[in-house]
Amino acid sequence: MSQSRASDFPIVVEGLRNVFGDHVIHDGLDLTVRRGEIIGVVGGSGTGKSVLMRSIIGLQTPEAGSIEVLGQSITDADDDDDIDIRSRWGVLFQGGALFSTLTVAENVEVPLREFYPEISDELRHEIARYKVMLSGLPEEAAAKYPSELSGGMKKRAGLARALALDPELLFLDEPTAGLDPIGAAAFDKLTRELQETLGLTVFLITHDLDTLHEICDRVAVLADKRVIAVGTIPELLALDHPWIQEYFNGPRGRAAEAAQARAAVLDNSAGRGA
Amino acid sequence: MAEAGCHSPPPLPSPPFSRMTRPMRPLADFTLEQDAAGTSILSLRGAYLVSTVGTVDAALRAIDGPVQRLDLSQVSAIDTVGAWIAWRIIRDSGAAVTGQSEEAHRLIESVSASSGTALIAPPQVPVLERVPARVGEAMYNSRAGLIGLLGFLGAMLISFGDLIRHPSRFRGKALVHQIELVGVNSLGIIGLMSFLVGIVIAQQGAVQLQQFGAEMLTVNLTGRIAMRELGVLMTAIMVAGRSGSAFAAQIGTMKLTEEVDAMRTIGVSPMEALVVPRVVAAFLMMPLLGFYAALMAICGGAFVSAFTLGIPFLTFLSRIQEVVPIHDLWVGLVKGPVFGFIVAIAGCYQGMLVQGNAEEVGLRTTQAVVQAIFAVIVLDAFFAVFFTELGWG
Repeated sequence: MSQSRASDFPIVVEGLRNVFGDHVIHDGLDLTVRRGEIIGVVGGSGTGKSVLMRSIIGLQTPEAGSIEVLGQSITDADDDDDIDIRSRWGVLFQGGALFSTLTVAENVEVPLREFYPEISDELRHEIARYKVMLSGLPEEAAAKYPSELSGGMKKRAGLARALALDPELLFLDEPTAGLDPIGAAAFDKLTRELQETLGLTVFLITHDLDTLHEICDRVAVLADKRVIAVGTIPELLALDHPWIQEYFNGPRGRAAEAAQARAAVLDNSAGRGA
Repeated sequence: MAEAGCHSPPPLPSPPFSRMTRPMRPLADFTLEQDAAGTSILSLRGAYLVSTVGTVDAALRAIDGPVQRLDLSQVSAIDTVGAWIAWRIIRDSGAAVTGQSEEAHRLIESVSASSGTALIAPPQVPVLERVPARVGEAMYNSRAGLIGLLGFLGAMLISFGDLIRHPSRFRGKALVHQIELVGVNSLGIIGLMSFLVGIVIAQQGAVQLQQFGAEMLTVNLTGRIAMRELGVLMTAIMVAGRSGSAFAAQIGTMKLTEEVDAMRTIGVSPMEALVVPRVVAAFLMMPLLGFYAALMAICGGAFVSAFTLGIPFLTFLSRIQEVVPIHDLWVGLVKGPVFGFIVAIAGCYQGMLVQGNAEEVGLRTTQAVVQAIFAVIVLDAFFAVFFTELGWG
């Protein structure tokens, strides 16, 4: 793979096939993610969104197909070769997956310790503090244990750990699931801000239509064991696929769209007023 | 990643850390000089990234003397860690920034909200204070633990009472399942263990007894010790390790995943659904397993005697009938259910106490096994005296 292709497309999945027993999850799945975009991955329950993410980050060995992340093949690499890519991505698991015996700050320090042991304790503590703050947590939360945090705070703490190494790629697995609407909207805003500030490419699995409308540059739809379409929401709606139509034009989809439209109108009028 | 720097990177030695196999980047570096007007200018040069700043950070901290200007124009790449270092210099020295790229400005802006003083972990109490505090806390908690255990026993007795009044609520299937797990599935390991212990006792006993020419007493030794003590005691230890720990871990995990709470809200009593079947299964299975273990130990003894003492296998077994009084069997059979009850109670009680995190499950499981084995051995000593006083010596 040429360097330029890798730098334009940090994730390239070709012909992916995943099988559990007799159950085929993915068959001939192709997906290309562009640098600097937030790509939303949607699909019904059990269509293998999380399996796709696990395949891309090397937690699941696919039966066939090739996956390249940041120009390095995940499917061909043995474990040691993967490591230098591992320092260039961050993953937020659904429940946060924080190490329960460590405080939030210590959680953030784990990847730093692992990859850059030459960083002094003092600097590492400072890094942990500002990462915690960047994730929208109050700095006092740094000394708390995960069991003392609410669900939304756990996700933010997990995000702080995912951002510990200033990754280029960020994987988010249902980041707004289980958050109240205000918390979910705040998390969306945070994701967008961080993406802009840090220049991240974000791979985002979600069921949240508001998230899709609000922050995703493109949306990939998983159905029939592969990615049936990738594009902006208007592009997807033009496709006339029954599942896509139902997904985006159902009552919830329309409500999310209306909310988006209202927000746009408000922005415009505010712009004119100024 | 935008590698284009504003100057070509100078040739550099390989980085001192080997795990980094990213494309080679220029290392971070800096110069501190004064211009004609006497302004001291700190110029950062090279890449200020998480992967490169580790080596330069200490030197930057060591700068003493004022810095009036911080020049970032020669920084080829920057991430939030580099931005944090720049921000720290600005904050501490009050220097003016020049030559920052738009990216650097944005990143410095985003990290500048951190004060950098928050605690990383809850403050550590000094040892002299911590140890007495721990001991005191343990003492205080042991009272609560005792009350909790009594409460648990009470709740279980109430559940038993309820089940006797409403036998249809009794979970037969769960009981059978637990009987399989506690009893049937452990036959192999308990049998093997007891057989081997029987071999050791007969063989070691024979060596000592031969000195008195009393090797025939090996049969008495093996038979009585297996029936009275070893069979049931070894089984209790095995069941504590195998099933007591499983009870604690299962129930503990169910507490963590809120399954226990879900049961309560549906109106199913966790006592009836989880605890009673396990306790009853252990109560019923322990005497059977203990008896089975005793038989296996005797077989082991007979097996080794056939080789070392020349006592035929079947002769050994028929001698057992003559030398082991029947009350030895009763002693073993009475102790069995009591030990089973204790092991199951310890496991279920500790499982029910789990709350918070996964570490707690491990901690409680260990507690369950330790408490169960300790209680079993203490009670065994009590039983030994008790039955001897009773004339079953």
